[in-house]
Amino acid sequence: MPDIKQKAWRNDAFAKVTGKAKFADDLKFNGMLHAVPVYTDYVHARIEGIDVEQARNMEGVVAVLTAADVPGQIRWGQIQQDYHMLCEDKIRYNGDVIALIVAESREQALAAMPHVTIKARPLPKVLDAEQAMQPDAPLVHDDKGTNLVVHHKVRRGDPAEIDKKHDITVEHRFETQFVEHAYIEPESAVCVPRGDGVMEVYGSMQHPFSTRRFVAAMMGVSLNEVEVISIPMGGGFGGKDDTSAIVCARAALAASITGCPVKMTYDREWSMRESYKRHPYRVDYKMNVAKDGTIRAVKTRIVADAGAYCSVTPWVTWRSTVQCCGPYSVPNVHCDVYGVHTNNVFTGAMRGFGSPQMNFVIEQMVEEAAEQCGMDGVAFRRKNMLRQGEETITGQKLDGHTVSLEQVMDEVITAIDYHKKLKPCSRGKANGDKLYGIGLAVSYRGMSLGAEGKDFCAAIINVQFDGSILLESGIHENGQGSESAFILLLAREMGVNHDRIRYRRSSTSVIPDSGTTVASRGTLMGGGAVVNAARKLKSMMAETVAAQLGCDAQHIVFDGEHLRAKDSGKSISFDETIREMYQKQNFPHAFGVFKSPKVSWNEETGQGKAYFTWVYGCQAVELQVDARNGRVKLLNAVAAHDVGRAVNPPMVLGQYYGGMAMGMGYGLKEAVQINDGKISNDNFNHYHIARATDMPDMKAIIIENADPLSPSRAKGIGEPTNEIMAPAIANAVYNATGVRYYTSPITIEI
Amino acid sequence: MAKNKKNSRSMSRRDFMKGFGSGVVGGSIMLQTLHAAPPPTTGTFKDESNRVELTLKVNGKLVQTKITPHTTLIELIRDKLALTGTKVVCNHGECGACTVLLDGRAVYSCHMLALDAHGKEVITVEGLMQGEELHPLQEAFIEKDGMQCGFCTPGQIMAAQGLLNEHPHPNREQILKGMSGNICRCSAYPKIADSVVAAAKK
Repeated sequence: MPDIKQKAWRNDAFAKVTGKAKFADDLKFNGMLHAVPVYTDYVHARIEGIDVEQARNMEGVVAVLTAADVPGQIRWGQIQQDYHMLCEDKIRYNGDVIALIVAESREQALAAMPHVTIKARPLPKVLDAEQAMQPDAPLVHDDKGTNLVVHHKVRRGDPAEIDKKHDITVEHRFETQFVEHAYIEPESAVCVPRGDGVMEVYGSMQHPFSTRRFVAAMMGVSLNEVEVISIPMGGGFGGKDDTSAIVCARAALAASITGCPVKMTYDREWSMRESYKRHPYRVDYKMNVAKDGTIRAVKTRIVADAGAYCSVTPWVTWRSTVQCCGPYSVPNVHCDVYGVHTNNVFTGAMRGFGSPQMNFVIEQMVEEAAEQCGMDGVAFRRKNMLRQGEETITGQKLDGHTVSLEQVMDEVITAIDYHKKLKPCSRGKANGDKLYGIGLAVSYRGMSLGAEGKDFCAAIINVQFDGSILLESGIHENGQGSESAFILLLAREMGVNHDRIRYRRSSTSVIPDSGTTVASRGTLMGGGAVVNAARKLKSMMAETVAAQLGCDAQHIVFDGEHLRAKDSGKSISFDETIREMYQKQNFPHAFGVFKSPKVSWNEETGQGKAYFTWVYGCQAVELQVDARNGRVKLLNAVAAHDVGRAVNPPMVLGQYYGGMAMGMGYGLKEAVQINDGKISNDNFNHYHIARATDMPDMKAIIIENADPLSPSRAKGIGEPTNEIMAPAIANAVYNATGVRYYTSPITIEI
Repeated sequence: MAKNKKNSRSMSRRDFMKGFGSGVVGGSIMLQTLHAAPPPTTGTFKDESNRVELTLKVNGKLVQTKITPHTTLIELIRDKLALTGTKVVCNHGECGACTVLLDGRAVYSCHMLALDAHGKEVITVEGLMQGEELHPLQEAFIEKDGMQCGFCTPGQIMAAQGLLNEHPHPNREQILKGMSGNICRCSAYPKIADSVVAAAKK
């Protein structure tokens, strides 16, 4: 067990507590202009004309830009290039932007907003994903000829087994909601046209390289003409990818056309209106079970509302496909997942990425099936759970890492005293006004991108003449503490104190494209690159002093700021070795790469080695339902996840608390309200996220089974903590009220 | 623009916010121009004709300036005084990221007019350090890791100071209640509470 009492350490703590950390909106440049977006009142409409003249003549307005002013691509996207960064032909959802107003001050830009007018013809809207799949449904994208974004499937086992009558069949329809990331820092971008022709971009985004692609595409320039510089960022949770990149691209367009630095900072209302959300799912799920509690077959049809644009819907829904049966061994599976366009706000990446929806379904189905078999839910899980060396529903053999599902579940059961507390659950019979319930949920989560895409990452170590170290990586600091984790990993690997290492905030012009900081891959992939770079550097350093220490380079160990011959104990200091390297004209500079081990996928059969490693988790929660008004009070929550190795344990705990709290919101409180295509709760007065007073007692248990495939031995934790709290709550609500809720967020009717 | 400003001159902040639309154009009527005023948000105010004198103390320094009457306290702090530690998050008096101390009490600076601070003393996160010395709350937030992304942290620290000014030795319940006006989406809440406890002991 890691030492969770260990003192917290993060490299940016001082900057954050003193207000010295400069986020995008805190930056100012000489002659800086301000840009704002112009929305329309439409949800789906054909644009017949946009009149910007009146706005252009307003005081302080420098430019009003529309799609006609875009020199490069108007449409862009990570998978399909269907996102209109400025709309030219149609409005496809209420968050679409038709123009940018650029003015000397933000107030002047805001004042000109209502003076941009649009002539448009409203079109029939399609706001339900199921209806959007019908042949006569209005098309969101005329050129695609269909509203279907993607169809993934799993075909496993015997189709006859799937439809045949079994001892027990549990079948339900589940529905989940649109969820807002609600990162505390709204989108903001500052773009500065440099004298050498390069556009410098500072923004609040979690994917500098994707941002660079959006900016370069819109400006019609090559990638080396855009430099995205990493700055502190106020949270992302998957939400600072497409929309943030688009905000940066628009600011860059304005900067390029005006020749001045341009800042574009979003209001909360704009952010919630325009930015993508977590996909709402409609899931029809059928589970066939033998009398003894063995799961025989699963058939499921999943429809995800992708909203107006593709974004990363094919990837999000792919994860749901791979994980559609949870961490259970199921011999026969028939799964269809559809991502479908509607005129709703578009949906994309959010912490969990297609798994919170599925776990809400699976972990309730499992409890219900257990009950029908006359079994306890935990025993049912034990009977069906995937164990070491067994095959997942996609035919992947789980080996090469420790399959620790039972271990994490047992930790939680013991810590919360689950079995003892299950007995006094109210099951709808109130003791006074209070109904008590306990519930749990488990999951496994494929780490990093898996077969979704190419997955590799770079890090650079550059040791200076005085022995001080500069470290940088292609992973972005979203606020989660990746910089601190990398510094600690490097210090441990090199046997030096972490205070000699400075993290250098990288830029897209300095480090190779290492992908996005998503998918709980930061520590796993970035940390792997750091460790691999450190090993290269160590080997160079050892070669330099091997003769001096009278041993082979391989027999030199690094610890206590020294290089030491294993056998003789003879040593030389780290600093001296570095001076020696410079003397010999060898740079103590190392470039490290971590490439993910091989994964595979067959789109036709839905079979393959989806992810190279997996994280196993369990969470349980105790709650009280007020029988008078249906209000739920969370009393206590316990979580255990196998993180491989906890690099910075206090920050791992932070991920637990944050993920659990966000999961509580998913289960009980949060839902983006969309009325006739328009979001009505667009600020925190109507979109309620957890506050200090909503938190139950939380216990976080860190399980460490070092992962042999990860150079740092660490896996990931950001998303696992977020994906099973809602089903744990749903199961606890059932145990309290005796009623199952198949729709999230759960609203208890009395 | 001038018209909107005149209208808002005698308004309270709340009326001001209610009176302003969402900056939307278009609608069901084609070619319709909605003369909606801009949404409430931060900006720089340039209209020289409509300025009033304001005197207050910020982080121990006397500030004498002229502002337009509808300037909010956060706009004064961030845009005019360039103290960017205080953040705008909801601009709606809901999340607490803009919290500063006004005569020792924690207030939402997005939700009050700068003129309401006339003759008073404002402390922002930049005013907490004594020379090179961190304030006990800042030390405690570092020790207890009372943060994650850090964007809400200045507001959390100022709210905590407001709480400690009222209850120098708060119990857990007082802390949670006292800090409940400040949202942290990273949900560092348990660690924030631990930080306040640790600071109260210092």
